[in-house]
Amino acid sequence: MSVYKDSAWFKRAAWAVSAGVLALGLSGMAKATELKVYTAIEADDLKRYAAEFNKVYPDIEIKWVRDSTGIVTAKLLAEKDNPQADVVWGLAATSLMLLKNEGMTQAYMPAGGDKLDKKFIDTANPPHWTGMDAWVACICYNTVEAKKKNLPVPTSWKDLTKPVYKGSVVMPNPNSSGTGFLDVASWLQLFGEEDGWKFMDALHQNIAWYTHSGSKPCRQAGAGEVPIGVSFAYRGAKVKSKGAPVEIIVPKEGIGWDMEATAIMKGTKNLDAAKKLVDFSVSKAANEMYNTVYAVVAYPGVAKPVDNYPPNIGDAMIDNNFEWVAANRMRILKEWQTRYDSKSEAK
Amino acid sequence: MTQAAVQAAAAPRIKPKVSRDDWIMRACMGVIALFLVVAVLLPLYTMLSKSLENRHGDFIGLTNYAEYFSTPALFLSAVNSLQISVIATVIVLVTAFLYAYALTRTCMPLKWLFKLIAAIPLLTPSLLSGISLVYWFGNQGVAKHLLLGESIYGPIGIVIGSAYWVFPHVLMIVITALSITDARLYEAALALRAGRWRTFFTVTLPGCKYGLISAGFVAFTLIFTDFGVPKVIGGNYNVLATDIYKQVIGQQNFQMGAVVSVVLLIPAVLAFAVDRIVQRKQVALLSARAVPYQPQPRTSRDWAAFAFCTVVAAVILLMIGMAQYAALIKFWPYNLTLTLGNYEFDLANGGGWDSYHNSIRMSLYTAVVGTVIIFFGAYLMEKGRGFRAGRNGFHAIAMLPLAVPGMVLGLSYIFFFNNPANPFNFLYGTMAILVIATVAHFYTVSHLTAVTALKQMDAEFESVSASLNTPFYRTFLRVTVPVCVPAILDISMYLFLNAMTTVSAVVFIYSTDTTLASVAVLNMDDQGEIPFAAAMAMMIAYTCAGARILHAILTRGIMRTTQAWRTR
Repeated sequence: MSVYKDSAWFKRAAWAVSAGVLALGLSGMAKATELKVYTAIEADDLKRYAAEFNKVYPDIEIKWVRDSTGIVTAKLLAEKDNPQADVVWGLAATSLMLLKNEGMTQAYMPAGGDKLDKKFIDTANPPHWTGMDAWVACICYNTVEAKKKNLPVPTSWKDLTKPVYKGSVVMPNPNSSGTGFLDVASWLQLFGEEDGWKFMDALHQNIAWYTHSGSKPCRQAGAGEVPIGVSFAYRGAKVKSKGAPVEIIVPKEGIGWDMEATAIMKGTKNLDAAKKLVDFSVSKAANEMYNTVYAVVAYPGVAKPVDNYPPNIGDAMIDNNFEWVAANRMRILKEWQTRYDSKSEAK
Repeated sequence: MTQAAVQAAAAPRIKPKVSRDDWIMRACMGVIALFLVVAVLLPLYTMLSKSLENRHGDFIGLTNYAEYFSTPALFLSAVNSLQISVIATVIVLVTAFLYAYALTRTCMPLKWLFKLIAAIPLLTPSLLSGISLVYWFGNQGVAKHLLLGESIYGPIGIVIGSAYWVFPHVLMIVITALSITDARLYEAALALRAGRWRTFFTVTLPGCKYGLISAGFVAFTLIFTDFGVPKVIGGNYNVLATDIYKQVIGQQNFQMGAVVSVVLLIPAVLAFAVDRIVQRKQVALLSARAVPYQPQPRTSRDWAAFAFCTVVAAVILLMIGMAQYAALIKFWPYNLTLTLGNYEFDLANGGGWDSYHNSIRMSLYTAVVGTVIIFFGAYLMEKGRGFRAGRNGFHAIAMLPLAVPGMVLGLSYIFFFNNPANPFNFLYGTMAILVIATVAHFYTVSHLTAVTALKQMDAEFESVSASLNTPFYRTFLRVTVPVCVPAILDISMYLFLNAMTTVSAVVFIYSTDTTLASVAVLNMDDQGEIPFAAAMAMMIAYTCAGARILHAILTRGIMRTTQAWRTR
């Protein structure tokens, strides 16, 4: 009798314990949805972005994989057959368009996506990617070195072709860097094909060297290696805030731009969490967060001036035809290579 | 006729006696060969086969090659690559030979110090030498007038930067080649009244010829395939390695990247062919009756060697010194206030202390696992009997990684290991894959060092043990390993240092929990945080220097117990 009783008690206890374990396990699981997020956002912004996101969705943990735009894009494409990323948050929209064409992105209209500026969202319905902020070209001008060389302040792209700047300008090689390509594509759109190439022929005479990274021209200008670097405004602002004597110049013809954007990878096992992340990424709060370092963001009416950015830089952005750019990319790069890359010495 | 008949009759009688041992050896070699196939051959195949495909993965024959060879830029890049590689190789080879000669064949003072200083370029990511060169010779550089108006951005920068980082790699092989020699040859030369120069040209040079040729090809191939230095300091000077960068990172054109990679493999294939031809003529220097060479003091030669090594060491110290300075100043060149703030990595972009700890773990694993695999593999290949085709094939695969740019290796790992159908798929995203990639990436130089050391041991050791019916592994553990302890320690050190500083391959395969310090350096530099990048690179350097000093102490202790036979 007592034996029976004991065993019944034991059974009940066992049930209780296992139910408890299960409950604990479930709650543990609920807490630990891990999202693998690929990004090219700078590391100190990453911590901030994740913290803000966790204020809204505390039960999703972001596992970042961060590297430069070129490497992240190459990595995503190489992983095509077995994608590792759940979401891409903060990669050039042109890269995401590439992924979309490869059929690697998941169409999703985030809650609140309709509030974004139309420029900042994929035209497909539902969209495959949504924009975050604009990444605009600029000229970094080192006042100290320019003074030593008696260089006037350039105010337009065309100014850079004047003989006075010979050997004083550095720009990224469009074959290595997305920023370089963005510049070339914008000049072709601004000046037209024929005059665009003529402009670059003249500019080539003044180029000291082409770099393999888009941020390098501005960094080199900041370190006084060259007086003038063609780069992008975000980097210019950062270099300036480090104490470099640079001015960020917005050429009056207008400036090329790309955007940082977000997309869900097709086939993700964490689709719900991924959708929550994208919902957050288009929210007003998120855009305010982007605005601390980017002057132009996707959510209208949010942007406040950012330290060290030229005012009203958004107005200078050209009407960028991304589809034309994507369709003509290979042709433009090839033409550029034949014209400028095969002569090693630009002197 | 009769001889053949005797052999035919004799063969079956001898064979069973040795075969069990042989089969164990072949099985062991098979296991290591399998490692090489999985870690090098198959991934590379998945990548390089893309050179015959279009963007959608359809087979298109040689169309990509036709397109590539019709680009005018190619020819120029190829010529540039050749020029740079030849010039830098000659500089490095001459310097490394003289330096190694001074270390092994003279009685100059402070040898241990010179040996430590020579390893410095191995201690830091190659990016750091780029930063140093710019601070020394860039347009704001403190010593730019030394270039007489020439720009550091271009061939001059590439040659200096390449020679600097390749130097220790080459030195390691040349020292090994020079350090084991038979003193009886020198005694004979003396007895025959050969002059010093004559002795040098008839004894010393032929004795290390094999090592020198290997070292030359290693230097050439390393420089030919490196994109780190040309990317940072190359300016407009296009080389083949930066062409791959443009295709793969700039345009995500893996197919064209694969085409250029195949072109880059050509010198490695040539190197292998020459290596085989030269090797056939190599005779073991350390016969079982050999007497180790002991340099005798000779004032003029010793002081000349000392002066030469001082100059080389000074150049190396100036490079690292500038890097240290870069890590301590606020903003080059406008605010030269000294600060320690650049070492607060958790405040910086691109990775905190976590990545530093990961790097140390990864490097330790690489050193231990890599040394065991590489040295044992080289032993089996070198001392195995028969099975010639298998051993040649093994050597060919072992030579291959040298010619593969890290970027190509890294990408090929994604294609191969990230395939869900691959039984090794579980490795993807783990620490293990980083270790495997790093061992594979640095396989060749370690393998050559092991082979050079082993080749100098007389095959009689094996014959004697075989005739005494001792299993090969006993000979291996009791004779070979103790004799080769210096080379083994060198290999483990080499792997550790390279694992700490490597970037190009691992940048594609690290994951959230396996970020690395060397990658952090690259990212910090890319984000314009040069002082932080320099500081993190110097952290790597201190760690490597610590390991190197520990290694030196260990070597001395072990040398005393195992290498006593070297002195008479």
